[in-house]
Amino acid sequence: MASTTSLDTPPAPPAPRDRPRSTGRVGDKIFIGLSRGSGILLLVVMASIAVFLGYRAATAISENEGNFLTTFDWNPAGDPPVFGIAVLLFGTVVSSVIAMVIAVPIAVGIALFISHYAPRKLAAPLGYVIDLLAAVPSIVYGIWGALVLVPYLEGLNLWLDQFFGWTYVFDKTAIGVPRSLFTVGILLAIMILPIVTSVTREVFLQVPKMNEEAALALGATRWEVVRLSVLPFGRSGIISASMLGLGRALGETMAVATVLSPSFLISLHVLNHGGGTFAQNIAAKFGEADEFGRDALIASGLVLFVLTLLVNGAARLIIARRKEYSGANA
Amino acid sequence: MKLQRKNRLRATALGALAVSGALVLTACGSDDNSNADANGGGKSSTAASDITCDGAEGQLLASGSSAQKNAMDLWVKNYMAACSGVEVNYNSSSSGEGIVAFNQGTVGFAGSDSALKPEEVEESKKICKTGQGINLPMVGGPVAIGFHLEGVDSLVLDAPTLAKIFDTKITKWNDKAIADLNKGVELPDKPIQPFHRSEDSGTTQNLGKYLSAAAPDAWKYEAEKKWPAPGGQAASGSSGVASQVKAVDGSIGYFELSYAASQDITTVDIETGSGTPVKATSENASKAIAAAKVVGTGKDLALELDYATKAEGAYPIVLVTYEVVCDTGNKADTLGTVKSFLTYASSEDGQKVLTDAGYAPIPAEINAKVRETVAGLS
Repeated sequence: MASTTSLDTPPAPPAPRDRPRSTGRVGDKIFIGLSRGSGILLLVVMASIAVFLGYRAATAISENEGNFLTTFDWNPAGDPPVFGIAVLLFGTVVSSVIAMVIAVPIAVGIALFISHYAPRKLAAPLGYVIDLLAAVPSIVYGIWGALVLVPYLEGLNLWLDQFFGWTYVFDKTAIGVPRSLFTVGILLAIMILPIVTSVTREVFLQVPKMNEEAALALGATRWEVVRLSVLPFGRSGIISASMLGLGRALGETMAVATVLSPSFLISLHVLNHGGGTFAQNIAAKFGEADEFGRDALIASGLVLFVLTLLVNGAARLIIARRKEYSGANA
Repeated sequence: MKLQRKNRLRATALGALAVSGALVLTACGSDDNSNADANGGGKSSTAASDITCDGAEGQLLASGSSAQKNAMDLWVKNYMAACSGVEVNYNSSSSGEGIVAFNQGTVGFAGSDSALKPEEVEESKKICKTGQGINLPMVGGPVAIGFHLEGVDSLVLDAPTLAKIFDTKITKWNDKAIADLNKGVELPDKPIQPFHRSEDSGTTQNLGKYLSAAAPDAWKYEAEKKWPAPGGQAASGSSGVASQVKAVDGSIGYFELSYAASQDITTVDIETGSGTPVKATSENASKAIAAAKVVGTGKDLALELDYATKAEGAYPIVLVTYEVVCDTGNKADTLGTVKSFLTYASSEDGQKVLTDAGYAPIPAEINAKVRETVAGLS
């Protein structure tokens, strides 16, 4: 597919140009009306959802007796209602970071293998297998995690505790099976692997053949070609792929809810059970929550929304800053 | 080509989302326990004789507590077998959802494992135009304390020790407090891993009520649906707690009795102060519920359980679930079916079915009042 891109330069971002003029015929008018209408409809729908969510979140927060940002508790059914998102924010970020640290290097490795090392006959089926991982429902990952991964990780946890306990992070202080943020991180890493891999692979396939051939002509080894032309070219692509994966990890619900043993405590000991994430908390509490409790959960969901927005914004900033070096606009 | 591949990716993602979404929705719906269901289902075919279908017609929707799901399944099955042309549909979501649905007027009655709160009663007056929502106790049941400890097949605990275990104040199985209650049992030097529910639950609330009534010095927390203590591990649903206890050596947890039976988990005998430790059985739970007082006013039959009971053979950690209906002002098109169905549920046959499913019948004296109230619904 895209590997056939031969000597021409990579697709440049569309330059700003004048809109094509309407010819004034009926077809054009209808089409303008339709497209404008759909655009406006989309904005109206989004805005009304935002207003609805914002309103319900505001009702909940205004009656909250705890501090919404710093309280280590979730009890909107209590008298007075006390709830805060500190633990959820911490757990969401920590589990996603663990997932990224594990998944991104592996995904880049797989993508490089498929695009530059594997024989063509192997590359295509391998790509499909990785893509297929994305189609597995998250609850299946959750059940697999709870039944297979958790018991299996017990040994790894003890090993980490024994040799890396001094790092504080891997110091296991609580007894019990590893239904921890660390396990969740590993599970999330497996879940975001396909999206990161497939986007990264696409980007690596876009590397101009001329660059690679030039490097080869200068006597570079295959690894040097990858290091000198493929990775610099693909950097912004790797970052956007990672952000796509991060978005998925931040919002993952059922797999986390099945594997994690939640509790409203913040601890850097990632091997200990405890903690929680936004989506997991919503899934766990929504069923038994009353009207007010649901408002509170909606408020926490809005924070997740803001977090995702920030992550995406940061990613765009990084990409925009690096664009000139990446060759994407060469 | 690039575009196509992107679309395909998106389609895959959408598909995955749809499938997992559907799975999530179904997973939330049923706190299932198929074994108890199967056990009870076989034995209850004789109960159809007591059912009168007068005035019942069409479809009756109900929703609520999953704690009474297995009982409701049996009742619905028997009832629909006897009254052709009537369809009863109980959606076992959760007490909270049941009450919300009831107060929105979308169901004929709701199942709940705790009595209506004053503000919920207030809200119900909008739906019950001439009356208000009332609680009818229909299903009782023991909350079993299950444990898993290699080499130990029976265990006696009392309320203070139980409170300290769940509060992670006692952390070893060979702690002196446990050893004193279990003379002659070889207790290993293993850490205790207590499990509790990760979501809000009426079962948690009932255990909390028991602990704060029977061991006020050791258990300082409010009895709420949310697990209050900071320590221990959490699992989702009674089935989740039960399967963790089943899997982890050195663990202890709480769930409705039927889950202990279906997963083959040993349960703790409770030392209530009566001298002999009490086993968690339907019969013993009924004895404890017999000591309950009706605290509801008017037609409301909300119960106050005596969790600190010392009566011989009464198992104190019990759960009572209610059906919530309007005392007057029920919707005309479902009133007949609600009355007829609840008449069967509170009848002798209806209550007898409960024992087979791991539940406890409501004591005769209270049940008589329930029948009287059901007969007077309008």
